[in-house]
Amino acid sequence: MAMRASQLVSTIKLGIKSLLLHKLRSGLTMLGIIFGVCSVIAMLAIGEGASYEAQEAIKNLGSNNIIIRSLKPPEDTKEAGGTRGRELNYGLTYDDGARIYSTIPGVHRVLPMRIIRENVRFNENYLPCQIIGTTPIYPEIAGVDVVRGRFICDTDELHQQNVCAITTGLANRLFPYQDPLTQAVKVDGVYYRVVGLVQEQSTTDQRSQAGEMEGEPLDNNIYIPMSTSRSRIGELILKRVTSGFGVEAERVELHQITVQMKDTEAVEIADAQIKTLLNRFHDQNDYEIIVPLQLLRQAEQTKRIFNIVLGSIAAISLLVGGIGIMNIMLATVTERTREIGVRRALGAKKRDITTQFLVETVVLSIGGGLVGVLVGVATPFIVSNLTDMITIVTFWSVFLAFGISGAIGIAFGIYPASAAAKLDPIEALRHE
Amino acid sequence: MERKAIIQIEGIEKKYVLGGEIEVLALRGADVTIREGEYVAIMGPSGSGKSTMLNILGCLDRPTAGRYYLGGDDVSKMPDDELSEVRGKRIGFIFQSYNLIAQLTVIENIQVPLFYQGKDLAETYDRCVELASLVGLSERLEHRPNQLSGGQQQRVAIARSLVNDPLMILADEPTGNLDSATGLEVLDMIDRLNADGKTIVLVTHDDYVAERAHRVLHMKDGLIDREVVNRPETN
Repeated sequence: MAMRASQLVSTIKLGIKSLLLHKLRSGLTMLGIIFGVCSVIAMLAIGEGASYEAQEAIKNLGSNNIIIRSLKPPEDTKEAGGTRGRELNYGLTYDDGARIYSTIPGVHRVLPMRIIRENVRFNENYLPCQIIGTTPIYPEIAGVDVVRGRFICDTDELHQQNVCAITTGLANRLFPYQDPLTQAVKVDGVYYRVVGLVQEQSTTDQRSQAGEMEGEPLDNNIYIPMSTSRSRIGELILKRVTSGFGVEAERVELHQITVQMKDTEAVEIADAQIKTLLNRFHDQNDYEIIVPLQLLRQAEQTKRIFNIVLGSIAAISLLVGGIGIMNIMLATVTERTREIGVRRALGAKKRDITTQFLVETVVLSIGGGLVGVLVGVATPFIVSNLTDMITIVTFWSVFLAFGISGAIGIAFGIYPASAAAKLDPIEALRHE
Repeated sequence: MERKAIIQIEGIEKKYVLGGEIEVLALRGADVTIREGEYVAIMGPSGSGKSTMLNILGCLDRPTAGRYYLGGDDVSKMPDDELSEVRGKRIGFIFQSYNLIAQLTVIENIQVPLFYQGKDLAETYDRCVELASLVGLSERLEHRPNQLSGGQQQRVAIARSLVNDPLMILADEPTGNLDSATGLEVLDMIDRLNADGKTIVLVTHDDYVAERAHRVLHMKDGLIDREVVNRPETN
C-alpha cells in the first residue's frame, strides 16, 4: 500500500519534532549543508558576473560583424633609418572595403572608418579627441544612440559638409554652459558645426578591457563625414617624433573596416575568405581581423570551465556536509534503537522505519538547503555592494544547489535508514 | 460455556544458534490455549523460555517449529510485513519500562498504532481522547513523557494498547518499574479491562501480580510445567 499524503505529512512533522529534540546537534549538522549550498550559489553567481562583463563587451561589437583593423607593421620589416623623411604606407585601403563588399558572399554592409587623434578646441577648452570619419550607417552597426539632433547624413557625405556629431561626454566637457547644437568645434584650423549628440553604449570598464590606451579620454569622439575627413584631413598624417629629426609621416587610408554579415553562419565562412582576399593585396602584415562571434564563443568556453571548477569546489563542500549528516543519523539510529523497537512492536513495517529516518535526513538536508539558499543569495548581493564586482544569481544555480541538497539527504540517508529498519525488534526493545 | 480460543499454540519450538555452533532450545514443544476474555499470567524463572514465549505470543518472533493461531490465523510462518500488521491490529503491548516515544505528546503516543495502520488521525482523535480520559489523563493530552510520573506513563501505555481494539493485551511485567501503590493502580486498571471483556496475557515473576489472573502458566525448561487455576472466569 502506498503511503498516503496525510501519513507522509505526519512523518515529516515527526521528523521535525525529532530534530527539534536536539536543536544544537541538528543545527550543527545542517551547517555543513548550509555552507555547501551557499558556496554553490555564491561561487556560481560571482563566476557568472565575471564573465558577464566580458561577454557584454564582445556582444557590443556585434555578433554579425567582422572587424578589420589597420596595424602598424612590425619594426623589422622597415629598412633601418630608411623611414626618416619618408612616409610609411600601410593599412587598409578604400579598395579593400570595395573588394570585400563586392566579392565576399553574405556581406550585408561595409562600414569604413578613419580614426585620427587630434585636439579639438572650443573657446578656451582644448581637448584631445578622436576624429572619426565614417558613413551615416555608423550608429546602426557600431551600436551608438543618437541622443539629440542627428547623425551625419548622406547629404553631408555628398557635399563634404563641415558638420559633426559628438559624444555626450565630450559635449559636457567642451560646452559646459552652451547648447552644443548651436556651436561649432575647431579641429586643426577647420570649424565643424555640431549637428547631433550620440551616446556610446560601451562603459568605461569595457573600454579599458578592450585594450584602449591608458590616460586617454574614453568617449571624446567627433564623427564627421568620410568625404570631409578625406578632403580636410587627408591620408597623410604627420607626427612629431620625440627623438631624432622632425616628423614621421604615415599614410593610412582606413583605420578600420567593420563588415556586417547577413547572419552568423556567414560570419564563420567569411572570416577565412576575407583573410585570403586581403593577403593578395597586402604584402606586409598590416591588419588584424577580429571576429566577435569567435571571441564570444571563447568567452563562453572559459565561463563553462570556470563554472565547472567553482561548481566542483562547492560540490565537495556539499559532499562533506552529506557525510556529516550520515554520521549524525547513524548515531541517532543507535541512540533511538529502543524507539525503533517500540514502533516495530506497535505495527511499524520495515519500510515505515526506513521512511521515518529517510524523511528525517531529508528534512535536515532540505532545511539546510533552504537556509543555504537564503545565505547564498544574500552573499553575492553583499559582495557586489562591498566591492564593485558584478554578481549574477541565476535561477538554475539556486535550483541546482537546492536539488543537490535534497539528493544528498536521500543518498546519505538511505544507509542509516535501512540500518534502522534492519534492527531486530526484540533486540531493539531490549536496548538500553 | 466454551468460549472461542483466541490463542492456540501447538507444539511450539524455538531454537537459537549461539555463536554459529551451540544450539539452544528455548521452547521445546509447548502447547497453550487462551480463550476470549481470559486473564492468563505466565510465570517462570529466568531461562525457562518465558521471554521467548512472550516474543512469539507478541508476534515479534517466529517459532522454529509448531503452529501458532492468533484469532484463527496461522501466524507462525507469516512474513515480516504481515507480522507487523498483525501486531498493529490484534495485539496491545504494555511494557515494563512503558516505552513511550519521547518526542511525542500523550495523545500522539496513543495514536502511534493507528498511524501505522494508515488510519486518519483526525477521524480517530475523539476515540484517543476518550481512552486518555479512561486512564485518567484527559488533562495531560499535550504533555510529553518526561513530564509524567511512571504510573502516568504506564497509563498512557495502557491507553495506547487499547487504541487498536486488539484481540489481546500482552503485558510484560507492567508493574516492574512502579512502586507498589502505583503498581496496584495499574493492576486494578488491567482488572477492569478484563472485566470489560479484554483478553489479557501477563508475564510476571511476582506472585501477587499473578494472583489476579484466572490461570497461571508456570514455565520450566521450555515447556508449560504446570497450570494453576486461581478462580474461574467470572464473565
